[in-house]
Amino acid sequence: MANVNIKINGKKISKEISDNILLSDFLRDKLLLTGTHIGCDTSQCGACVVHLNGNSVKSCTTLVADCDGCEVTTIEGLSSNGKMHVMQESFKKHHGLQCGFCTPGMVMSAIDLLQKNKNPNEQEIRDWLEGNICRCTGYQNIVAAVKDAASKM
Amino acid sequence: MKSFNYKTATSTKEAIKLFSGRSAFLAGGMTLLPAIKLRLAAYSDLINIKKIKGLSGIRASSKSLKIGSAITHAAVASSKEVIKSIPSLALLADGIGDPQVRNRGTIGGSIANNDPAADYPAACLALNATIHTNKRKIPADKFFKGMFETDLKKGELIEAIEFEVPEKSSYTKFPNPASRYAIVGVYIAKLKKEIRVAVTGVESCVFRCKKIEKALTDNFSESSIDNINISSNGFNSDIHASAEYRAHIIKVMAKKAVSTC
Ligand SMILES: Cc1cc2nc3c(=O)[nH]c(=O)nc-3n(C[C@H](O)[C@H](O)[C@H](O)COP(=O)(O)OP(=O)(O)OC[C@H]3O[C@@H](n4cnc5c(N)ncnc54)[C@H](O)[C@@H]3O)c2cc1C
Ligand code: FES
Ligand code: FES
Repeated sequence: MANVNIKINGKKISKEISDNILLSDFLRDKLLLTGTHIGCDTSQCGACVVHLNGNSVKSCTTLVADCDGCEVTTIEGLSSNGKMHVMQESFKKHHGLQCGFCTPGMVMSAIDLLQKNKNPNEQEIRDWLEGNICRCTGYQNIVAAVKDAASKM
Repeated sequence: MKSFNYKTATSTKEAIKLFSGRSAFLAGGMTLLPAIKLRLAAYSDLINIKKIKGLSGIRASSKSLKIGSAITHAAVASSKEVIKSIPSLALLADGIGDPQVRNRGTIGGSIANNDPAADYPAACLALNATIHTNKRKIPADKFFKGMFETDLKKGELIEAIEFEVPEKSSYTKFPNPASRYAIVGVYIAKLKKEIRVAVTGVESCVFRCKKIEKALTDNFSESSIDNINISSNGFNSDIHASAEYRAHIIKVMAKKAVSTC
């Protein structure tokens, strides 16, 4: 057991954790932030992607102990005053989801792309989303959503 | 996940002191954590090495490029020093896995793990790298021993990888479309004294292809690769590619690498 201090979605928390707890389980089971999904649990699918100090990471392959003193943003932290993030709006508008299981990870990953590349072309979007698997949409509308969001962010 | 104690080291000395018989160093965790989850490995202690300052520098001179072992793939891919000194190495880092793997995974972790289909081991062999550990300097030619096996002793920590700056070089990979690990990867480097060609993804361990090295030393051109006969004897054969297919793709990748050198 150890104590960690983490800022999650802007809120500072200090908690006693077990050394082997994963960020994905911590978010879902301890903080009840169930927007972060667990698909494969072996770092293949991207459903669990969150931001750690601004960069997208797979929370199923990140120890909470490694996040001491860090900032974490999850899908729940994107909207402000009840207004969706531009990327979320864009996924809705372009029908970039069907069942929605992959969506939190897709959105977090796509926002990280636009932080690093403001105006990505289609190939760059597809390459970036390499680590996010969607079993429903066939990706076309996801790519359209990211493209449109880029023009608005 | 099986339980373990998590410890953080802030210096190489401390990391070595914390290490006991059943410990593992924890870098990006992109390989180690899934292995523990899948019960392929179990440890009493994980020693986080990411807070050790000495492992996170990049230093370039006209002759060599030295990269700290805890540097992430994303940091190598975007480093101005790397792009200027050995651009093919930055491109290699940018082609590893996916952005989230690149944001966490480190060069030291990749080399210590020595996956038969990993990218960095090919760079180490082709660019005549020296692996700096807390104990010694190991030439890449002696470092990669076999499948997931290296010359590292228990509790030996990689501090940095020093690459020779080539006259020109290129890495071409035929990636597994799901994981981006190499089905076949060929790294060609024209160094001051020799031409080196390293192949990954093809056998149980990365290796140098002496036949292509000789052909390119005689004549550094795509056409000089045409007449080489690569035997598929001992090559990996799996659901992704047969041994014969891999033998064919080595030449295709090698020609592509020469043309982009
Ligand atoms: C989905 C996915 C796709 C991937 N695709 C690719 C790919 O296309 N190409 C590729 O090359 N790799 C790929 N990888 C592997 C990736 O590059 C890993 O980051 C890398 O193999 C391990 O690095 P790490 O920093 O995460 O190490 P860790 O997982 O932390 O450690 C791995 C091993 O190395 C040891 N170790 C770590 N650092 C040191 C050190 N400094 N000294 C001594 N021992 C050390 C650890 O104890 C452990 O045994 C992929 C991984 C995933 C999950
Ligand atoms: S649940 Fe983390 S990558 Fe699939
Ligand atoms: S919307 Fe169902 S998995 Fe992507």
